[in-house]
Amino acid sequence: MRDAPRIPDMQAQNPAIELRGLTKTFGPVVANDRINLAVRQGEILALLGENGSGKTTLMNMLSGIYRPDSGEIFVQGRPVDIRAPGDAIALGIGMIHQHFKLVDVLTAMENIVLGTRDDHQATRRALEQRIREISRRFGLDVTPEKKIYNMAVGEKQTVEILKVLYRGARILILDEPTAVLTPQEADRLFDILRHMKADGCAVIIITHKLGEVMAIADRITILRKGASVATVEKAATTVRELTELMVGRPLDLAIHRPPVDDPKRLLDVFSLTVLNAERVPALRDVTFSLRGGEVLGVAGVAGSGQRELCETIAGLMDKEEGAILFHGKNIEGKTPRQIIEMGISMSFIPEDRLGMGLVGAMGIVDNLLLKDYQKGRGPFVRRAPARARAKEMIARLGIVTPDTRTPVRRLSGGNVQKVLLGREIASGPELLITAYPVRGLDIHSSYTIYDLINEQKRKGVGVLFIGEDLDVLLELCDRILVLCGGEVTGIVRPQETTKAQLGLMMTGSLRQETGVGA
Amino acid sequence: MIGKPFAPVRAERRTDVPLTTQILARGLAIALALLTGGLFILMLGHSPQAVYASMLTGALGSATARVEMFKLAIPLLITALGITLAFRMRFWNIGAEGQICLGAIAAAYFALYQPHWPAWLLFPAMFAAAALAGGLWGAIPAWFKARFGTNETLFTLMMNYIALYTIQFLREGPWKNPQDMGFPKIARFAKEAQLPRVLGLHAGWIAALVLLALVYVYLRYSKQGYEISVVGENENTARYAGMNVRRIILRTMFLSGAVCGVAGMLQATGADRTLTDTVAGGVGFSAITVAWLSHLHPLVMLPVSLLFAVLEKGSGFIESVFGISAAAADVLQGILLFFVLGCEFFISFRLIVARKEARHG
Repeated sequence: MRDAPRIPDMQAQNPAIELRGLTKTFGPVVANDRINLAVRQGEILALLGENGSGKTTLMNMLSGIYRPDSGEIFVQGRPVDIRAPGDAIALGIGMIHQHFKLVDVLTAMENIVLGTRDDHQATRRALEQRIREISRRFGLDVTPEKKIYNMAVGEKQTVEILKVLYRGARILILDEPTAVLTPQEADRLFDILRHMKADGCAVIIITHKLGEVMAIADRITILRKGASVATVEKAATTVRELTELMVGRPLDLAIHRPPVDDPKRLLDVFSLTVLNAERVPALRDVTFSLRGGEVLGVAGVAGSGQRELCETIAGLMDKEEGAILFHGKNIEGKTPRQIIEMGISMSFIPEDRLGMGLVGAMGIVDNLLLKDYQKGRGPFVRRAPARARAKEMIARLGIVTPDTRTPVRRLSGGNVQKVLLGREIASGPELLITAYPVRGLDIHSSYTIYDLINEQKRKGVGVLFIGEDLDVLLELCDRILVLCGGEVTGIVRPQETTKAQLGLMMTGSLRQETGVGA
Repeated sequence: MIGKPFAPVRAERRTDVPLTTQILARGLAIALALLTGGLFILMLGHSPQAVYASMLTGALGSATARVEMFKLAIPLLITALGITLAFRMRFWNIGAEGQICLGAIAAAYFALYQPHWPAWLLFPAMFAAAALAGGLWGAIPAWFKARFGTNETLFTLMMNYIALYTIQFLREGPWKNPQDMGFPKIARFAKEAQLPRVLGLHAGWIAALVLLALVYVYLRYSKQGYEISVVGENENTARYAGMNVRRIILRTMFLSGAVCGVAGMLQATGADRTLTDTVAGGVGFSAITVAWLSHLHPLVMLPVSLLFAVLEKGSGFIESVFGISAAAADVLQGILLFFVLGCEFFISFRLIVARKEARHG
């Protein structure tokens, strides 16, 4: 077993980790331009920046995946050279990646010791003991014998954290850790981070969510276009100042909610019950209606049946009971193709855009073809019109891509979402289903998405908006439906409810229906 | 230095290698391969120049040699095209051997029992029967995959043996040539049922080139080709877009098997002029290498399969001329392939050597 490296007292005044003039270029692109930052022991530093501002490149240099072109890294005041991930671990630097690197079929404990020498030597009991000890020290809640595939996202992240702590990390770097978490899971994560801080660890949290920054950080370093533009104390700054530093200009943070006019019945869902793959009800007796020109928000803890609701309406899942009427016509049990053939124009933006909705290895042109490649007679695909549409879309939505043929998985998250949303909106849908449309997106991209949704609403499109940020739901939606364990626990108007009430409905301890019929 | 070296050399994926560098790298790989192979030949006690030269003359030196070489290239190219259809869909069709056998069996039925049919009917019938038989043979594992999610790699592989032993069964039983008293053999096809020659080579080469063009256009420009790519890359997205994934898997594997079946028909009626259990003879496996070396790009398969055929024919030739054993000739082939395949690694990855002392700053 290995102990965490002891910090010599004489160096205690040095920052735990410090970067001076770190630069990394990829061909003509300067990803990191003379970046300076420092984190002290027992301090949480937020690294704030929009997509493409160089956060991930910086992280990769600290974890030994890339090497800097120039600049220096100091750990406990000593210059170091991080050549490979093993070096970073030996220096006590632990990375929590956005995409978990865990072996699904192994238990939490097996994942934690994997790759250390301990997996051969120590007994299971001793390992378990050690893991419980670390868990207690940092307030982590992990069942060592539980298999990863049985875990919720928040639990998996805890295992990741435990993994780096087990390896003796005293400097933790978390890359957008809350992107996949529910608000409750995020709160739990912040508690863990506070424990680490109290224990003398140095924590860097990479994010673009201002709310988080204000909640957890001591100091904030802002990256813009690859350069570190400022470092500020949290106590001495405001959300407005941070936004301006990050975006480079003032930004209006209010979300508009245009009034619903000309309400027409569009979608009626009656007593919908859906079973998941394990034949357990994922949705129970769900009834609601959605009108044209209305944004209906769906709130709920992750896994409350949101995905099943979307996929059942989109024709990707079969229902057990109930009916889905679109303009009074029953569409349940129909495949996506049959729904299209009925002349119904429906768009679905799934939460995992590269997992469903887009083909990551294809360029924008081929992705635009996805839903209408069958159009036009003859056996051949017509790419010329799609190419023109792609160029037009790139210009209109400001998509950043080297070429229309560049595989979309190489684009940043915001640009990927713009491609998907752009394609779906261009198809002129009557119903737009969006699941977590701003997940993983920076502020600027998020507001572009809200604007696009409102633009659709004005055209009379009915929007089903699955959201996670309650503040956004309250500002954007005309009504909010709350799901808890697959059941509707409330359909409310945002003007007549509060965040706290929504939270109670999400846990099923309150039922309220104020906005049902309207 | 606190950190200790973890990986002295590591690989980083790259996609930015210019075409000229790629060509240069491949040329260099071939040169290195020839050099290493030369050392090996020296160890065997022969002159490398002489052996290499006779490999070339053996494969390309005379009209007969060239015909023989092309005869090897035809089934290789067609089969590579066939499995590419499946591979583009990420369906690992390892069953080309079996599909070739089935195509050959189907064609052999007409050659043995209906040779009196007019040529305009006989050849199209053989062609259609071979495509149908190979296609159905390929569609069986596809059906099980689409229906029950079975592993296609094992399934297609096992079906090779069924096909192979079916030929042996026919040879020793129902289709045994009564004129051959001792050794069980299937009769030589009647002259009318042998593929005609065009420019000194059986007409299969025309079929190969036509198939090359068809597969290229199909994959690149057709709606079905587009569906294959989408299903291969992301099945969820395919369902999302309203594609019938099961039907696409079945259809594509039928086509993949059909193309391989045609290779079997051409081999039996054009090259072998009878049905033997060596009609596939490992082509179904070599074609996988050809397909990957060509990055699943149909047009590249033409030069690659020719290169393979030259290597194969040439090493056969040096066996007889220099008395080099078949095994040693295979080693030589292996050395050449090793370098060429290895070079693809260096084109896709960049090696980063960690230096102990150096620190940028």
